[in-house]
Amino acid sequence: MAVTLTDSVLKDIHRRMVRIRRFEETAGKMMENGKIPGALHLYVGEEAVASGVMVHLSNQDQITSTHRGHGHLIAKGGAFDRMFAELYGKATGYCKGKGGSMHISNLEVGMLGANGIVGGGPPIAMGAGFSNKFRKTKNVACCFFGDGASNEGSFHEAANMAGLYKLPVIFVCENNGYGEYTPQRNHQAIVDVADRAAGYGMPGVVVDGMDAVAVYEAAGEAIARARAGEGPTLLECKTYRYYDHVGVRGMGLTYRTDDELAEWKKRDPIELFESRLQEQKIMSAAEIKAVHDETLAEIDAAIQFAESSPFPDASAILEDVYA
Amino acid sequence: MAEAVATPVANKARTLTYVAAINEAVRIVLQEQPNSFVAGEDVGGAGGVYGYYHGLQKEFGADRVFDTPISEEGIIGLGVGAGATGCRPVIDLMFMDFMGECMDEIANQLAKMRYMFGGRATLPVTVLTMAGAGASLAAQHSQSLEAWLCHLPGVKIAMACDPYDAKGLIISAARDDNPVFVVLNKMSLAMKGEVPEGAYTVPLGKAKIVRPGTNYTIVSWGRMVHECKAAAEKLKAFGIDAEVIDPRTLQPLDLPAVIQSVKKTHRCMIVHEAVRFGGFGGEIASQIQELAFDYLDAPVARVGAPFSPVPFSPALEKHYVPNADSIVAGVKAQLGL
Repeated sequence: MAVTLTDSVLKDIHRRMVRIRRFEETAGKMMENGKIPGALHLYVGEEAVASGVMVHLSNQDQITSTHRGHGHLIAKGGAFDRMFAELYGKATGYCKGKGGSMHISNLEVGMLGANGIVGGGPPIAMGAGFSNKFRKTKNVACCFFGDGASNEGSFHEAANMAGLYKLPVIFVCENNGYGEYTPQRNHQAIVDVADRAAGYGMPGVVVDGMDAVAVYEAAGEAIARARAGEGPTLLECKTYRYYDHVGVRGMGLTYRTDDELAEWKKRDPIELFESRLQEQKIMSAAEIKAVHDETLAEIDAAIQFAESSPFPDASAILEDVYA
Repeated sequence: MAEAVATPVANKARTLTYVAAINEAVRIVLQEQPNSFVAGEDVGGAGGVYGYYHGLQKEFGADRVFDTPISEEGIIGLGVGAGATGCRPVIDLMFMDFMGECMDEIANQLAKMRYMFGGRATLPVTVLTMAGAGASLAAQHSQSLEAWLCHLPGVKIAMACDPYDAKGLIISAARDDNPVFVVLNKMSLAMKGEVPEGAYTVPLGKAKIVRPGTNYTIVSWGRMVHECKAAAEKLKAFGIDAEVIDPRTLQPLDLPAVIQSVKKTHRCMIVHEAVRFGGFGGEIASQIQELAFDYLDAPVARVGAPFSPVPFSPALEKHYVPNADSIVAGVKAQLGL
């Protein structure tokens, strides 16, 4: 069931990226306006990774995500209204307002949760991959994690076990160059996280994470291997986050330069992709604009849904602790 | 409410050791639940370091009973990920002390996933783990850390005091749709007791009156239950007829059974092998004074281990673990006898 790069797949990837970008820009505004409580970690800049991977997956394939998880859920098929409702802390949210941004999830589309613990995802993804194999399905589990998480022991244990048992797991490292506010050169002695794959008996692949087609192709290969029972892959995508570790303007910490940000923005994944679509006459400028407009209209409706939804009743505190 | 007498639903009883009862329970779980498997360090080929998985890999295959690397965080994570996606994992955490290696998976993932997801995840994960001092295994292989788990909404905790309970609690845990820790005691492995054949359950959240009594209540769990029974015999000399109650699970906790007993006896002690300070006995004592203050004739007493790591030397360890004599001494001090 390998996905081939047809025009409709390219349009699909594009739509997923636009949906993530527009959702995140709006969520950032709503956080700054005080409408969304708590902390948001925005995925803007990294859209090509989630979209290029997720286009290969069905609802029966699972993913685990990170604290920067909205993009993963959107690309996996999350609905804006339920997502905004969750970010607002409303009863109609995916988690009934009990998870929020850092724990947003939807098991119906195979999304096993954003995770507030850096490195929280890999053991769970490994377990889901084990489950897929144990239950004799052809499903795969994709584990999104960052360069920072690659230093956690949880990643090491999960990767070792996935390699040992040849589990259908794809470890997708979103290397955005920073573990929170610490640059990669200050948190690990390697440049390519993919180098670590050798230690787990799995292939390590590095791709340009700003190029959705490159991600798509590398992910397709890794996922096909996993479905064929050939085991896990460590796929490292070099990418960048435009906003701060948390929030939009962040906490005003001076840990990276405006020039660095500007350099990365020159290779914006959506702009690159839209140029390609137009050059190859796959989509016109008007068609591209229509995708943005439709997305914005959907966001308006979703915000309306979230704002008009009720907050959970206090009695809900004690619900859902146990089955 | 507590049940005064065990009511096995299974067939005829015979005598089994604690370790054999564990083995039999896990075999039944593997038989009755096709999506269950046993994963842990040395559980496959070796059958577990204390042998309670003996023969299971041969019987059920290496797909269902298998060795893991020494990777406790990975092992619990395996349970979380597989449990959330349609499996019913039985996870062996060899020693309870090793919770330190996997506490994030337990506390932040396993315990909370259901709640964080608004009730839309189910985690039918059973964790079997070994606690207990008394074998000179020193500070990192002897602890009773159930209080760590009791502070985590989302997990259930069972404490198996004898072969009957070990088997019944494991089967209940595996049939439950929540993460359940069944805490076993390494000093009880050779203990013999009546165990019915076939499947039966010890319900989670139902205390057992181990020894009925009239004018004193002792609440205890795990191996300490037997020390409390012995202490109760010694206390007869002081005119004390102690009722010994084993909650059997600390979460859910059968508080009504404890309160009912205290309202009858007016005096109470909680005994656990864990360090007394900050131990779960403090929670029960507090609940008793909230719910039965007017019935108390004496402050609720507690007996537990001293505030130190578990010492290695048998000369020290024998003073470290509570026993019938130290329990009697505690009662005497409480009542000024």
